[in-house]
Amino acid sequence: MGKLFSSRRTAEFLLFALRTALAWGIGLLWVIPFLGVFMSAVRPQEELLHGWWRFSPFTFTLQNFSRAWTHSTASIAQGLWNSLLVALPATLLSVFLGALAAYGFLRARTGIATWLFLGVVLLLALPQQMAAIPLFQGLAALDLINSYVGLILVHAAWGLPWITMFLRNFFTTVPVELEEAARIDGASRTYTFFRILLPVSLPALASAAALQFNWVWNDFFLALILIYSPDKLLVTQRIPLLRGQYYVDWGLLSAAALLAMSVPILVFLLLQRYYVRGLVGWNVEK
Amino acid sequence: MSVVIRRGFARKPPDGFKTGVGQRGSLLPRPFIPRLSPEQEPLWFAVPALLLIFVAVVVPSVSTLLLAFQGPNHEFVGLANFRDVLQDPETLNLSRFPGHSPPWGALVHNALWILIHLPASVGLGLLLALLFQDIPGNQILRVFIYLGMILPMVIGGVLIRFLFDENAGIVNGALELLGRSDLVRTWTAYPETALFALILGSVWLWVGFPLVLFSSGLTTIPRELYEAADIDGAGTWAKFRHITWPGLAPVTSVVVAMTVLWELKIFDIVYVATQGGPGNASLVLALEMYFAAFRALDYPHASALATILALLALLVGIRFVRTAKNA
Repeated sequence: MGKLFSSRRTAEFLLFALRTALAWGIGLLWVIPFLGVFMSAVRPQEELLHGWWRFSPFTFTLQNFSRAWTHSTASIAQGLWNSLLVALPATLLSVFLGALAAYGFLRARTGIATWLFLGVVLLLALPQQMAAIPLFQGLAALDLINSYVGLILVHAAWGLPWITMFLRNFFTTVPVELEEAARIDGASRTYTFFRILLPVSLPALASAAALQFNWVWNDFFLALILIYSPDKLLVTQRIPLLRGQYYVDWGLLSAAALLAMSVPILVFLLLQRYYVRGLVGWNVEK
Repeated sequence: MSVVIRRGFARKPPDGFKTGVGQRGSLLPRPFIPRLSPEQEPLWFAVPALLLIFVAVVVPSVSTLLLAFQGPNHEFVGLANFRDVLQDPETLNLSRFPGHSPPWGALVHNALWILIHLPASVGLGLLLALLFQDIPGNQILRVFIYLGMILPMVIGGVLIRFLFDENAGIVNGALELLGRSDLVRTWTAYPETALFALILGSVWLWVGFPLVLFSSGLTTIPRELYEAADIDGAGTWAKFRHITWPGLAPVTSVVVAMTVLWELKIFDIVYVATQGGPGNASLVLALEMYFAAFRALDYPHASALATILALLALLVGIRFVRTAKNA
């Protein structure tokens, strides 16, 4: 009996070890391309011609980074700064307006509020191509083409459906008694929203902000159609410029890619908890 | 929208509106401030967001819809633009499908993207979520796989191009190692392989999304269910079939909807890796629309394309409206 028991334990342990090895094997397989990008970024071009995975010779250099950073036609340093100038305000504006709207939709329990809210949610699915031509023409007429103000407003608007839906979902979890107590004491809705609801919602606001920042930073299509002067191009627009038509400088391209993705990866690692909650948050079935 | 707000006139003035301008009996003219009933009054909070959405999303989208029914001089042409789009071999090239190599038309390419990428990425995401469940270091593994989702898809496109490069790409390095040097080439540069290389690469990038959602879905299934099943002597498959799968159903539905939306809207990856080429062999709807609108400046054609794309996406979007309605 005892022998049987222990052999079962051994089999279970072996199976677990096998699964662990398989899981780590797959995980490592998945990051190999990133390893490739890193290896290409820190080595001179002539060592990459026959594959970054050949390590003799191996020369470490930061030259690719400095070339990408100060590239004459598509400087990544300028691109990072420009992307930040767009992503930060577009995130703050969208989260702020989204929080206000989510609260409004939640508390106004009437048919119209529900229909408006559902309409906003439906827009979540809309492809940006559907608005591209009139946006381009309209912003050109308003002199907001090739301007960050125009791009920020458009980004804020397109982020709103998801943010509003997510925050409205979150607000339903905040006990309404908290608010009612303040209302009985004579506090206005505006006061209760800013002083009571928002402070307890900070984690959810962080989730929404992390995701919106990521989307805006990673966006390519809107920037492509709305921003065109070389000094104003965002970092995502500069990456394709670094890739030649016939000859690809993988070292330069890899260094630029690493610099461009470092910001969203940093945001993800810092706000990981909020980020993942944001990702799954809307899906909390009640 | 003004119609919406004016519909409910206040039966009783809301707080803070008791004196001054516009009140009954006041000598000053009543300013145009629509008053809402107390139940509707919180809607004011949504007005700034609704205005911005109206101006930057709704109005341009409706304009595109109208443009899709107009000719170059804004004359009404009925469904002619849609007919032209669907007869254009860039959109649909069924004479080549499936006997010849791509191009088969952007619509077919998007459909293939869904047909291959959806089961592959969602299935793999589910398998990995189950596999990673109690593995030491599973948090790190999830971040590894999710990396592809955090980076800009422009870079995703560069990475795919890099993976399949003839000399610098590791896929070809691996093929050489396996003794298949006959297959070594820049996969994204040939019409037979470009589309499939991109789809394969996009599976690699996207799997993190289903993985993370399924992983968190798994944590919501009560442990007691599995314990009870153990007592009943249920096997691994029976437990998956009767507990895990139904327990994950809401998450699965979200994952599938989001994934299909992503596949329909795919743009950046193709733009950077192949520009839809070679010879339109990897063209997709969103990219075809971009070329029509901003390279050929053919607004009617581009608007019809955008409308077709939007229609397909909104069909999927209804799923989110249903969830939101029940929430």
